[in-house]
Amino acid sequence: MTEHSPTSTVYTASELIAIMAGRLLTDGQIVFAGVGIPLLAATLAQRNFAPKMTILFEGGVIGPFIKPGELPPSTNEQRCTRRANMVLPSTDVLLLLQRGYVDVGFMGGAQIDRFGNLNSSFIGPTDKPTIRLPGTGGGNDISSLTDMIVAMKHEKRRFVEKVDFITSPGWIDGHDSRARRGLPTGGMWRVVTDLAVMGFDEKTREMEVLALHPGVTFEQVQDNTGFTLRRARELSVTTPPQAEELALIRELDPGRLYTA
Amino acid sequence: MSETLVKDYGTLRRELAARDRGLREKVMTLDEAAALVRDGDHVGVGGCTLSRTPMAMIWSLIRARKTGLTVSRSITSTEGDLIFASGLGKKIVSSWFSQGIVWGISKVMRHHVEKGLAEFDEWSHMAMGLRFRAGAMGIPFMPVRSMIGSDVARILGDEVKPVRCPFTGDEVMALPALNPDVALIHVQRADAYGNAQLDGLQFMDIDMAMAANKVILTTERIVSNDQIRRAPDHTRIPFFTVEAVVEVPYGSAPHECYGQYEPIFAQLDRYAALTSKDPVGGVKQYLDEMVYGPKDWPDYLSKVGMETLLNASRRGRVIFND
Repeated sequence: MTEHSPTSTVYTASELIAIMAGRLLTDGQIVFAGVGIPLLAATLAQRNFAPKMTILFEGGVIGPFIKPGELPPSTNEQRCTRRANMVLPSTDVLLLLQRGYVDVGFMGGAQIDRFGNLNSSFIGPTDKPTIRLPGTGGGNDISSLTDMIVAMKHEKRRFVEKVDFITSPGWIDGHDSRARRGLPTGGMWRVVTDLAVMGFDEKTREMEVLALHPGVTFEQVQDNTGFTLRRARELSVTTPPQAEELALIRELDPGRLYTA
Repeated sequence: MSETLVKDYGTLRRELAARDRGLREKVMTLDEAAALVRDGDHVGVGGCTLSRTPMAMIWSLIRARKTGLTVSRSITSTEGDLIFASGLGKKIVSSWFSQGIVWGISKVMRHHVEKGLAEFDEWSHMAMGLRFRAGAMGIPFMPVRSMIGSDVARILGDEVKPVRCPFTGDEVMALPALNPDVALIHVQRADAYGNAQLDGLQFMDIDMAMAANKVILTTERIVSNDQIRRAPDHTRIPFFTVEAVVEVPYGSAPHECYGQYEPIFAQLDRYAALTSKDPVGGVKQYLDEMVYGPKDWPDYLSKVGMETLLNASRRGRVIFND
């Protein structure tokens, strides 16, 4: 049973992911955030240490401050526009990615592979899928055009050798294949899970464990991954979620809409 | 019914030229507006996810037993389930399709797509927007730097093609223009001629209105033309794109209308519970109770409940207090 008190230092996997992912953002950045953990993590960073960070939502929003306790059900409702600087047509806010205004894209993922390609479309063959997933949304645009952070649960069925379908391109087949396929900018930068923080080898573009969360071993991460992970030469350990971070996240999401 | 991917330019021009574009009153009922949609039409749906969905108009089309529509929208939510389950449409063109992440993947969408009963053609969100924009611009295609290197483009086959820029040599994707036969758009206010003013998020609605052959507008309220002319900078959709104006209070319910009312979460939760237990029986029960059953739209709203609607309105208007 998880402790639900706002002051408890016991945290859920989603809270851990949101806090660790939020720490990867930098003040002053322009961050294109998807719904769920990315929205929460970006808002957490904005309130905690990055007041000059600008959040973009695909609904067409520039620079909102999400109101605690009023998280939107997607990035397309009026709750996304609170105290924003501007609202644009959705096409035009997405075009900011293409023009190059966005520093980092921040999304969740259903399935990811060794080269950071994401699948949110089909489990199984496309003509007869076992599961038809909801699809790309803005994911394909974001991952095609800017540096990416992905936040997701670390499970073997989600971390696979090769995704069934590339919805949002990462490093495709590794090395320089992304650029050769016609995507000269952006690429998968960090994957944050409830076990670790991962990056991608500069040359081969294979997924590499950079830091373990407190109490987690590299073997544990490997056991929950469907392919062989690289291990950074100096594997670090993340600082545990702090009381202030947990309090803030519970103030933002008291109903545990995203952090159950 | 297979439709042409990109409408012939001559046809597009002739269709517009044939429409009476004079300043005339177009106020009508939901039933009269539904009669303007033909079986098999390509229908663009305004709003996005749970926002400004032209729900009352879709509800009327289902009740009018229209069929065979192809429906395109930026992001598709519960209205997509109803379109599939009622037989109104068999193909949805969209970037994302489910009720919303907090309710999980739509079981109704899964049932129809996985069993091959209906099609969900997936394009990236920006691709959807640029397809409507190309349609609005009267050009046959739009280049884009996404949809490259992914399977999203691959399974669309000949519907999207890489092209080389004639100036730089850059390889980009060519997206086909999308010109719907009809666009269904819900707004906060419009006059009797169809001059529409939008508050808050516009999504792709303005491009969609310009791209479509005609717009069916539903509006929370009809205002005077004088009121429109006092703030013409707030008018987003010009009257000459519009063929029908229908006043429908709470016309997006159970979805939201910016500044007017927030989503009606109680009803959305109930819908999710019904359909996740039984995607076939659950949606049928919902259609019987909430779409076919009510005598008219006010009767549907009565079923949603006065207290629920007032609560959604209270939450909706909060936006003006910031």
